[in-house]
Amino acid sequence: MDKSHLFEVYEDLDRRNVVLSFKGDLTSNLLTSILHVIEKKLDRYDESTPVKRKVFNVLVECLQNLYLHSNVDDQDANSKLSVIVMVAKSDNGYNILTGNVVPKENVKLLSERLTDINKLNKEELKNLYLETLTDGKRTSKGGGGLGFLEIARKSKQKLEFGFVPYNDKTSFFSLNVKITQ
Amino acid sequence: MKNLIIKGEAKTPTVEFDYNKGELVISGRSIPENSIEFYKPIIEWLELLKVSDKDKVVLDIKLEYFNTSSSKCILDVFKKLEEIKAVGKEATIRWYFEGDDEDMEEAGQDFSAIIKVPLELITVDEL
Repeated sequence: MDKSHLFEVYEDLDRRNVVLSFKGDLTSNLLTSILHVIEKKLDRYDESTPVKRKVFNVLVECLQNLYLHSNVDDQDANSKLSVIVMVAKSDNGYNILTGNVVPKENVKLLSERLTDINKLNKEELKNLYLETLTDGKRTSKGGGGLGFLEIARKSKQKLEFGFVPYNDKTSFFSLNVKITQ
Repeated sequence: MKNLIIKGEAKTPTVEFDYNKGELVISGRSIPENSIEFYKPIIEWLELLKVSDKDKVVLDIKLEYFNTSSSKCILDVFKKLEEIKAVGKEATIRWYFEGDDEDMEEAGQDFSAIIKVPLELITVDEL
């Protein structure tokens, strides 16, 4: 990467009002640090307590989704892939953007799950959340199957997502969660 | 029976379970990636409490944040209190939240709707 390219990246982040960005391996300690940094920043920007709480809650779920699902091949611990996280200011709040590489065979399932969640209203989201909370199940990754539901409930807006083919076996999954005042 | 004391950290809550007083407090934030591991000793302690002589317990939940991984474990804790109540002991849950925290209030109402132990919602200015 030459100097001018780095400047382009800088300008792009600046133009998008990115307050925090990270690309790389996500470890548990790093996750803690990112949360710590964003809390300090929100304090410094004098954001209202409800906005601070929502950004923090949604970021926790997004980061933990990335953390749990950034292993493409569970058999091989070395295959931990890098993820991307961005928190950007918007006109009326914040956008929390995350991206990670997922196995191709998961694309359909993920896409259907998010499409289904986007069809639900507040009451339906709550009911599905409670149903999932009480089902006594844990996913293979130790999650509770509640992450996206919680993100949708907290954000109160449709989840924006997309997939870009990465190689023959994987796709890049991006998620944009909007938090408004 | 010994008290259960766990010091809170960046992603895990403070746990102060006082056997003699029958007062159990979970406070701070509960956002670990793996909550099952963290909640295991809590569930085990409650299992012992169930078969102990203690006839009255109050559980105070004073959480600022909890993640979805913790929510299933918190439900497991409440289910243990249901069992404690079912063997004839008195069990109460007090769910504290900051007055302007609608999400935390709603979370308390959600739990209240699905468990068979009295859950009291308590508003405070600051946790």
